[in-house]
Formats: sequence, structure tokens, C-alpha cells
Amino acid sequence: MHEFTYLGDAAYRRPDPQAPDALEAFVEAVHTRVNPAGIHEELWYHGSGCRSWLKVRRDTRTHEIHGASFANPETTR
Amino acid sequence: MRYSGFSVFMQALNRHKGWKPTWRDAAPKPSYDVIIIGGGGHGLATAHYLAKVHGITNVAVIEKGWIGSGNAGRNTTIIRSNYLLPGNEAFYELSMKLWEGLEQDVNYNAMVSQRGVLNLCHTDAQRDAFARRGNSMRLHGADAELLDPEGVRKLVPFLNFDDARFPIKGGLFQPRGGTARHDAVVWGYAHAASERGVDIVQNCEVTGFLREGGRVVGIETSRGTIRANKIGMAVAGNSGRVAEMAGFRLPIESHVLQAFVSEAIKPMIPTVVTYGAGHFYISQSDKGGLVFGGDIDGYNSYAQRGNLPTVEDVCEGGMSLMPAIGRVRLLRSWGGIMDMSMDGSPIIDHSPVDGLYVNSGWCYGGFKATPASGFCFAHLIATGRMHETATAYRLDRFATGHVIDEKGVGARPNLH
Repeated sequence: MHEFTYLGDAAYRRPDPQAPDALEAFVEAVHTRVNPAGIHEELWYHGSGCRSWLKVRRDTRTHEIHGASFANPETTR
Repeated sequence: MRYSGFSVFMQALNRHKGWKPTWRDAAPKPSYDVIIIGGGGHGLATAHYLAKVHGITNVAVIEKGWIGSGNAGRNTTIIRSNYLLPGNEAFYELSMKLWEGLEQDVNYNAMVSQRGVLNLCHTDAQRDAFARRGNSMRLHGADAELLDPEGVRKLVPFLNFDDARFPIKGGLFQPRGGTARHDAVVWGYAHAASERGVDIVQNCEVTGFLREGGRVVGIETSRGTIRANKIGMAVAGNSGRVAEMAGFRLPIESHVLQAFVSEAIKPMIPTVVTYGAGHFYISQSDKGGLVFGGDIDGYNSYAQRGNLPTVEDVCEGGMSLMPAIGRVRLLRSWGGIMDMSMDGSPIIDHSPVDGLYVNSGWCYGGFKATPASGFCFAHLIATGRMHETATAYRLDRFATGHVIDEKGVGARPNLH
């Protein structure tokens, strides 16, 4: 049990299931990742702290953190 | 140069002055029939099988650093074929068979050691799952033995058998599994491929793709433009970066996995042991060091360096399983970048771009797959069709629903 738990890319948005291209959009949203080597916006859960979801800007090449904010409720899944 | 006992003897008479480099460090030519991006185990194996099985020798292997500097030199050297699902087991068993003939095939001592792989179980349910997996393995022609606690005790008597929380209830043993010297695997494939005329180009980083009419017809590199009709990428860890240059995205996240080696101690661990209650696997190298690892750190990373919480977690797993290693000092640890795919299984397929082939998504099981990965990727590049053991590793399986999820955790790459 660690203080923070990782979820992944904060760019996730649930696609509109009524859209004509919903199938492709869901495949894209669930499985495909940008996976950048550089700045990555990602969601972390501060489980043994403030118990909030955080949106963290972190460099995947160095692990340096460039900032964090509370995640907007719409961005959590 | 051909290696044999006789050549070692003759060189000894000559004070070992006559040895030549194992493989030829080539400068890139303007064009080839096939370019393989990535001079790791998979890329070099692909070049070897292209040359040997398919007779395609006008091949370049392009490596941004030195060969084997990525994950091929950063793993825990375990080889095994103990998978459950039909899409996987036939492929990994092909790999196991290729391991068994590897040294003769490439004429290089890769120190393939079939010392066995033992997975431990700690609950009745886990033993049932092992029985099922063992049956699946046997149905695919692999070997598997379900051991009771006494059988485990005979093999590895020093484990923490009667732990109150995680007693050892038995294990699934694959005697043909074991370890191989990972650098020697790279050098062996490089040796064999180079002998057949393959160019191995080091310090040559791919910076872009050349396109004509929607097709990929070459690559831009730090050492100039190189053209080829067929280009294969075997760059696990960096698949996302290379795919981005080619203009598509993959169902992959890059994560860091750490591995560790202790100071050398006297022979203690005769086989590969994996803990079933935590994630911990260990073997002992011929030099005496304990080689072990555990989970990935769990967040996207290209850093080739992990963090301390995972070090603590891995060492806790080790202490829980074999308290005897508690006083052994850690010598080194390192990190490698894994292509974590969305179902935990690899991808060997055409890419969405004509002329470019993808070999990626090995998660942290790439080393054992090295021979079969090269064999099947060479088959795909040479014939345009999937090899019969690798038909499940399609790129479109995430859209069609035919995912191969051994662990059953879904599209959460940091949990595979």
C-alpha cells in the first residue's frame, strides 16, 4: 500500500455512445494511448492522504513533476 | 569464424591472439531489402531467421545505441513456456524449442540452462488454477508437473513453507524452463546474422520515415537516409515513439520494470522460483549472484530508472518467501522500459502503414519470447502472413474483442 495510486492518462473522455462512430471511438478511448515521452498529464489518487484524485503533470523521461491540481469531477472515471 | 571446442584449443596454443570480433559492425548502405529497427534480441533474431529460414540476407539491423543495450540486457534472463491461453501457449512452446536448439543454430554459447521454473501456490484455489494451466501446457506439447509441498521441499528446502499467512501448498514445475545468458543471446544472434551477410548498424537513431504514395519506403536516421521496401520495428519500450513517427498510435503504455542482482554467494537456488502470494521471481546466476525482480513501478515512464517504493516491495516479497536471503547485500539494480499492452500480450502484425511491420507489446515477458518472436516476425516480413503459432497477436484484436488477457485485468496496462 503506497500513498499514491496511479490510474493513467488524464486525457480519457467517455465517448458519446449515441454517436454514429461510437464503436471506433470506444476502441480508441479504451485501448489506444498517446504514450508520450515527455510531459504526461495523468491521474493519481492520494489514498492515504487527502483521498482526492489529482491531475499531475509529470515528465515520463525524468519522473520530474511539473505541477498538480485537483482533478475536475468530469475527468475521473 | 566458427566456434568449437577445437577452435578454443587451437587458440589456446596461440595464446588466444587469433580471435576475431564476433560480428561485423557495419556502416549503413543506401538501401536494403529489409530494415529491422532495433538491435535487441528480437530484432537480431528476426534478422537471423530472415537470413537462415527465408534466404533474405540483404538486411540491416539499425540500433540507436549499442546492440543489447535496451531490454535484452535488462531482464532477469528467465525462459519458460508456462502459459494458459491457446493464443499464447503454442507460441511460447515454439520459443522453448528454439531455445533448446539455439546454441547449435547460431554457433554461440548462450549458456542456456534448463534448470526448471517453479511457480509456487499458496491456496487451494491457486493449486486448482495451476492444475488447469499445467494441463493446458501439456496439451500444447510442453512439460508441466504439479508438485505437492513435499515435492517442492525436495527441490528448494530453504523456503518459508509454514508461514501462517502464505503457506506453500505446492507448485507448478516446468523442468525444461530455466535461464539463458541474455547478452550472449544478443551476441549469438548478431554473430549468426552477421555471418550470413546481415549489416548490424550501431549508434544510428531513426528520426523519421520516408514515404512514397502512402507507403513507407525507407527511414531517416542520424547516419543518413536508408531505403528498403520492408521495414520491421522491434523496439519494445519505445514502440510508441517509433509509431508516432510513422503516424499511428498503439494500444501500449511504456512502463519501467526494475531488476536486481545481489553479491555472489555459494550455489543455493537450483531452479527459478516464483512467489505466488506476492510478485517476486528469483534465480541464481552461474557467477553466484541472486537475480530477481517483481512488479513494474506502475506509472508511465521512459526513464530506465525506477523508484524506491518498488524496491521495498520486491525485497519484502523476497523476505517473505526466503528469509535466508535477508543478509545478502544488493549489488545492482536497473530499470528497463516495457511495452505494456492493453491485454498483457504482444503484437506481431502489419502496421496501419504499408511496408511497415510491428513487433511490440511484450510487457515484461519479452526475453523468453526472443527466438519465437524473431522467427514469427521474420515469417511475417518474408511471406506477408502470420506464422501459425502467432495468429492471435493481431493489432486489431482490441477492436474485434479477441484479446489474450492471461491475467484477466482488462485494459489496465499497469496491472498486467
